[in-house]
Amino acid sequence: MTAKSIPAGVTAVVRAFFWLPRSARAGVLILVVLVIVTLLAPLIAPHDPNAIDPTRVLAGPDLGHPFGADALGRDVFSRTVYALRTSLAIVFASVAVASLAALPLGTAAGYFGGWVDQVISRPLDMLLVLPALLLAITLIAIVGPGSIVAALAIALIYLPILARVQRAASLVVAHAGFVEGGRARGWSSFAVLRRHVVPNALGPLLVQAAILAGFAVQIEASLSFLGLGTQPPTPSLGLMLSEGRDVLTQAPWVEIFPGLAIAVIVLAFNLLGDGLRHRLDPQGMVS
Amino acid sequence: MNPRLLFVLRRLGLTIPVLFVMSVVIFLIIRLVPGDPVRTMLGFRATPESVAQVRAQLHLDDPLWTQYRDWVAGVLHGDFGQDFVSKAPLSELLAQRVPVTLEITLLSMVLAVAVGVPLGVRAAVGGRWVRRLTEGFVVFGISVPDFWLGIMLVLVCAGTMMWLPPSGYVPFMEDPGGNLTYMILPVLTLAVAEAAYIIRTTRGAMLGVIGRPFIVYLRAKGTKERSIVYRHALRNAATPIATVIGIQFGVLLGGAIVVETLFALPGVGRLIVTAINQRNYPVVQAGLFVVATLFILVSLITDLVVGFIDPQVSDRGDS
Repeated sequence: MTAKSIPAGVTAVVRAFFWLPRSARAGVLILVVLVIVTLLAPLIAPHDPNAIDPTRVLAGPDLGHPFGADALGRDVFSRTVYALRTSLAIVFASVAVASLAALPLGTAAGYFGGWVDQVISRPLDMLLVLPALLLAITLIAIVGPGSIVAALAIALIYLPILARVQRAASLVVAHAGFVEGGRARGWSSFAVLRRHVVPNALGPLLVQAAILAGFAVQIEASLSFLGLGTQPPTPSLGLMLSEGRDVLTQAPWVEIFPGLAIAVIVLAFNLLGDGLRHRLDPQGMVS
Repeated sequence: MNPRLLFVLRRLGLTIPVLFVMSVVIFLIIRLVPGDPVRTMLGFRATPESVAQVRAQLHLDDPLWTQYRDWVAGVLHGDFGQDFVSKAPLSELLAQRVPVTLEITLLSMVLAVAVGVPLGVRAAVGGRWVRRLTEGFVVFGISVPDFWLGIMLVLVCAGTMMWLPPSGYVPFMEDPGGNLTYMILPVLTLAVAEAAYIIRTTRGAMLGVIGRPFIVYLRAKGTKERSIVYRHALRNAATPIATVIGIQFGVLLGGAIVVETLFALPGVGRLIVTAINQRNYPVVQAGLFVVATLFILVSLITDLVVGFIDPQVSDRGDS
């Protein structure tokens, strides 16, 4: 195969992958595997995640059921695979919503400054008044529990953090010579923002989003664990942990594997985030 | 005017609007519930009379502004209203619950600082082995969800080994020893992640100080290494460490919600979660209000402490 026959997109992805530090590559690989597992969940899960089997209540792990069975005889491995799907969907949705909202808000606040900054930043700062989990719980207290509410609650926690990072990055870029140049050419503010400011200020936002994505898994699991996130019978990692606690001493496998799954996702996102930080955030804007 | 006094006043001035907005948001919770909150609380079989009675009891028919004024006036006098289910005054309920949450968070913080700061220092100046071990601990502490760690601790310490009670609570005044025994697992659960963050920050701050010229000078002067590290370097690294301790206190207050549920501890966090599931809105409001106020006060104290440790912060005037 000659180099020409490889599509440009593939080489760009491969190049981006090797541009990352080695530990971050490990994080990317773990995430790719997890995403594939969740996309192919119906093919990978050997059993129906919600199929109740009274003959297998709290059965231990064996070859056909590598993670054992829970208090209703459901296959823990299949449930973990489907729960990963729920958790990752909520994580991606929440971080995407927060980033897409933070990008214009933070850019405008940093680039224009003055009253625009005040109008955008002061209300966002108010969101930081409550501890993260408490902010999520407040929203859930109003709207009621559920997966979508949990995703929105996480997005609400992340919006001020991401907007603040984007604001700081745009503030630095706003005073760069090439931005001045764009303005001197008579470009509109929007054109300057789109061509010069956003592309050059995007790095720290990406780093922060990657780091926050890992914690989103933990927050989602905490909320579901408290009964305030994903509702049964949809499998979710936090819900599995709350079910497994009741049978902890008889069947620890119900508890151990979903918890390990959470730890692996958080670790993968942290590795990715730290790697991106080395490459994209030399000034250390991301806390 | 004395710049430090000015700094304290300015920081206090910033707290007032924050408290105001927080109180408005928490006040509005019950009013923002879709549909009729009283119907949601009472269930669908409620008679119109009982709905009207509860509405009147919660003053939901007054103008919004009057409701807010009365609620804040009550809160300022320590009157949070009534528990909707048990009819008990909420101030009594909170007086029982808040000390439990404070005990867990403060003990975890003390443990995390006592372990985290020395380990963070060793991670910066120690040998290869110490560095490796602390790095591993940091990755572990940050990646593992706190409540899962708690469950694993229960499995090992309470389930298999029978060392400790898996869950439960006795007040400190009745049985101090028993109280602390019940606290061991929840406090360990929360302290691991806290310690991880404190180690990471301490290590970073120490590495930033240790290369500075005054340390080289102290070495050249023949000052003992121990004194250089702990008396001179650590003092100069204190600002970021104090900041992260303050930030992590908020995280602990959030974590306490989960850990209280996990270990069946009667704290504010568990109170809030139970109340949300019961749609017991007055309790939700009171609980959230107390925790948010604690959080705001801790941020205030942190900023003031940092301002006093590091005159650059207070002299600059902004915070």
